Amino acid sequence: MPKGSDIFLQNISKVVVFIILAFALYLFFTGHGSPGGGFIAGLMSAGALLLLALAFDIDTVRKVIPFDFKLITAIGLLIALCTGTGALFFGEPFLKHAFGYFQLPLLGKTELHTALIFDLGVYLAVVGVTMTILLTIGEDN
Amino acid sequence: MSLLHLLTLSPFLLAALLPLLGKAVPRLHKGWFAAALSALVFATLLRYLGDIRDGSPIIKSFDWIPSLGISFTVYLDGLSLLFALMITGMGVLVALYSIAYMNAAKESLTRFYVFLLVFMGAMLGLVVSDNLLTLYGFWELTSITSFLLIGYKNEKHRSRYGALKSLLITVAGGLGLLSGFILLYVMSGTYRIRELFEAGAPLMSHPLFLPAMILILFGAFTKSAQYPFHIWLPDAMEAPTPVSAYLHSATMVKAGLYLVARMSPIFSGTSEWFWIVSLGGLITLLYGSVAAIKQTDLKGILAYSTISQLGLIMSLLGLSSLSGIFDGEEQILYAAAGTAAIFHLLNHAVFKGALFMAAGIVDHETGTRDIRKLGGIAQVMPITFTLSLFGAFSMAGLPPFGGFISKEMFLESVIEPLHAGVFGLSTWAALFPIVAWIASVFTFVYSVLFVYRTFLGPRKKPLKNKQIHEAPLLMVIPPVLLAIMALVLGFFPGLVAYSLIRPATEAMIPAVTASGERLPMDLKLWHGLTPALWMTIGVIVVGILLALTAKRWTKVYNFIPRRVSINRAYDISLRFFEHITVRVTSLYMNGSSRSYVKYILGFMLLVLGLILFNSNDVTFRVGAYATIAPYEWVILIGLAAGALAVPFAKSRPVAIILTGTVGYLMVLMFVFLRAPDLALTQMVVESISVTLYLLCFYHLPKLRTERQAVRFRLPNFLVALAVGVLMTLVALTVLGTNPFEPVSDYYVRESYESAGGKNIVNVILVDFRGFDTMLEIMVLGVAAIGIFNMIKLRRKATDVGSRHVSHEGDESEDIAAHFRKAQYEHDGPTTVKAPKEPWIHCVSDLNHDDEENPEDELSDEFEDSESNDSRKKGGDSDA
Repeated sequence: MPKGSDIFLQNISKVVVFIILAFALYLFFTGHGSPGGGFIAGLMSAGALLLLALAFDIDTVRKVIPFDFKLITAIGLLIALCTGTGALFFGEPFLKHAFGYFQLPLLGKTELHTALIFDLGVYLAVVGVTMTILLTIGEDN
Repeated sequence: MSLLHLLTLSPFLLAALLPLLGKAVPRLHKGWFAAALSALVFATLLRYLGDIRDGSPIIKSFDWIPSLGISFTVYLDGLSLLFALMITGMGVLVALYSIAYMNAAKESLTRFYVFLLVFMGAMLGLVVSDNLLTLYGFWELTSITSFLLIGYKNEKHRSRYGALKSLLITVAGGLGLLSGFILLYVMSGTYRIRELFEAGAPLMSHPLFLPAMILILFGAFTKSAQYPFHIWLPDAMEAPTPVSAYLHSATMVKAGLYLVARMSPIFSGTSEWFWIVSLGGLITLLYGSVAAIKQTDLKGILAYSTISQLGLIMSLLGLSSLSGIFDGEEQILYAAAGTAAIFHLLNHAVFKGALFMAAGIVDHETGTRDIRKLGGIAQVMPITFTLSLFGAFSMAGLPPFGGFISKEMFLESVIEPLHAGVFGLSTWAALFPIVAWIASVFTFVYSVLFVYRTFLGPRKKPLKNKQIHEAPLLMVIPPVLLAIMALVLGFFPGLVAYSLIRPATEAMIPAVTASGERLPMDLKLWHGLTPALWMTIGVIVVGILLALTAKRWTKVYNFIPRRVSINRAYDISLRFFEHITVRVTSLYMNGSSRSYVKYILGFMLLVLGLILFNSNDVTFRVGAYATIAPYEWVILIGLAAGALAVPFAKSRPVAIILTGTVGYLMVLMFVFLRAPDLALTQMVVESISVTLYLLCFYHLPKLRTERQAVRFRLPNFLVALAVGVLMTLVALTVLGTNPFEPVSDYYVRESYESAGGKNIVNVILVDFRGFDTMLEIMVLGVAAIGIFNMIKLRRKATDVGSRHVSHEGDESEDIAAHFRKAQYEHDGPTTVKAPKEPWIHCVSDLNHDDEENPEDELSDEFEDSESNDSRKKGGDSDA
């Protein structure tokens, strides 16, 4: 990937990246009720990181987020698998979800859903996969 | 999920955790984990002994795929318990033995123990499954783990050769088994073994009965190394010795016997079953015992001996099936063959396990397993010598060992058919005692030679001045325990007779307990002067004579023609198939992505087109669509223009940005059509994929200007046109055609009610079709790892011979030149030569005789000149 040198892009993306990430977070949590969800949130987060990589360079991204994205993929898959397996321990079929409404401080009546944990798995897997592919191809010489 | 399920699956669980455990306690040998688990499972299984002894089997069901009638039902009866105890009991000993045998300092043994544990789990699952399909799944898993374990030293050519051979033969048998099971299902409508037992007579008269039987026996014979499918077992001896002791003598090869015993209630009483099983076993018995004498490798002797002993048990199983047509006294009489089979099964596991471990000790301490170099080490290895003596005597059928009792029972059982008078036995029954006696003589001879040539006599030259001492304690304890057990089984057979042998035999021949009585057990050393005892005395006398004169008459083996053998047929057919496969594959895998796109689209055209024009429900409702607003026209024109412009783009980035334009215009279209989630997804996907494309193409060379005019290619044009037309038609018919009740109503109704979500799309993704999503992200993960490996771990251009186009310039230029060539100059299957793909290397590798062959002559017929020839041929075919 070419070394970024566009000062405008760099300065704008410093702000925009956070807006995109915040939006991705919003999409993730709102997913069950309105447009959004783990998949799209994952892609959007990856998009934010990609913008960072384009504006600066891949080394910057590696420094800012010092994770192995392959590991993140694996963690995501593991979370998804465990959510599914969890149901088995309650005598339910694999991947049966449960939900309920709880009174939480600050948030008020909130719906809590095991599907959200599964979605977290999806989110992490998507971020991991996208970033692995992008970084691998981008770093290749 | 019951305790039994947990027990069966626990080895898999430990296999999954083993890499982590190994990291947590790196100094502990990983074998301890395997040993501890086997001991735990063994001890827990002992709890069921009481119930099983009283003849009440335990059944626990767990639905797996209820819609297909597939459940993981655990059924524990005498037969299953005997096998389960053998698997876990031998598992403990083998794991302990391997701790001393496998050197943890040299290599990480995680891989070894993971395979071993998975095997143990598969084997346990195999013997406790009540469902045929579950049984089949575990059956194949044992083949696969066996493959992995034989090929454990994968840098050795002989290991890879042996592993592949065992896999091909046992998996071919496995497929036969699956077909047989499916035929059984077709006949009876059930996959449950227990229900099949009750199907009874109507099953026997079904025309598919015989094919099902033969297919199932094919599976059992390949797995239990029966003649002529035995050829994989001697080559499987490339596995580390603990594996040979465990898989290839005590457990996995007995899976075929288990299956025959398990299926006996269904098939026994028919003449085909009787003749195939007993005769197949008898031939194997004779062949194995005769071939074992020629072997010079200790493990080779044991391999052929195992083949022979498996044949013995197989023939006993066949003989016991005679009990299916008699009742009363005679039924009990023939069921005694079943008792003998079960008892010998146990005895064989015990003495063969001890002998394999002894062979491993000798190899470990002297550095050779070649019987011609060994000799005279009894003084320095007294314990190993003694336990080998015990094992060999039990194998030869000498008192007072367990093997003597079961051998006597075997000899009695082969005399019995003389009085049966069914299935043409009045003519052929004499065959049984004669063949059995001859085979017993040879068994005696190789057992004696095994001990004599290894431990006694003078020291041979290579080992003359070598310091040899007894193996470490941990390595000696497991075989010593087994040797003691061989003795205990001889003196006190009653220890297992009522608790294990009787329930197992009754499970195999349920008819004997129909009247409510238990099968009589008659296991003891002294039966009086029976014909069987006279036969044994004859065996010993003739055997000693033959053993003393062995040097003279073993020259006979040199006259066996080596050019005509089953091994050779196997090698030739393998080369033949490899050759054909390479040619067929290179016909269409020509390395030009343009051709691949053509195949994919062509196939789509065929399938989709046929459905579209053959189905009656397809209707076109032209004119029934919503009107298109002016601003939508603008977008549509933009879309069309963008798509049309792509092929004319002069450079790659422009082409990519043009496709991106089409995508972003679609986003706009989605917004107008009030589909915010689609718009959102499309936008993000488009942004990322455009960037990805740009990244990819950044590394590719610039588009070359075509010097000559682009040739018009009719097939390409036709495919392109037809796909366009087809897709338009599909789009037009989608709204008008509605052959099924739309599923969306259900989702709209249920997504809030039962899943608690308002975003139907997301509820479908994570809840209703959560399984799909899970597998999809797995596919994504695999793709990411694949890309990572492809790019990060790829070989340098210089490593891949045929990719190297020229020696001048840098490597990337070479590859680029190659791709340019593939893409622009030669767009056709005939001209573009695919670079030699790695998988072709792998297969061709079979012919690669890069190591010195062991002197195991019967199993080994590679000749250097010949393999070189075929290598050349293989090279020609893909060049």
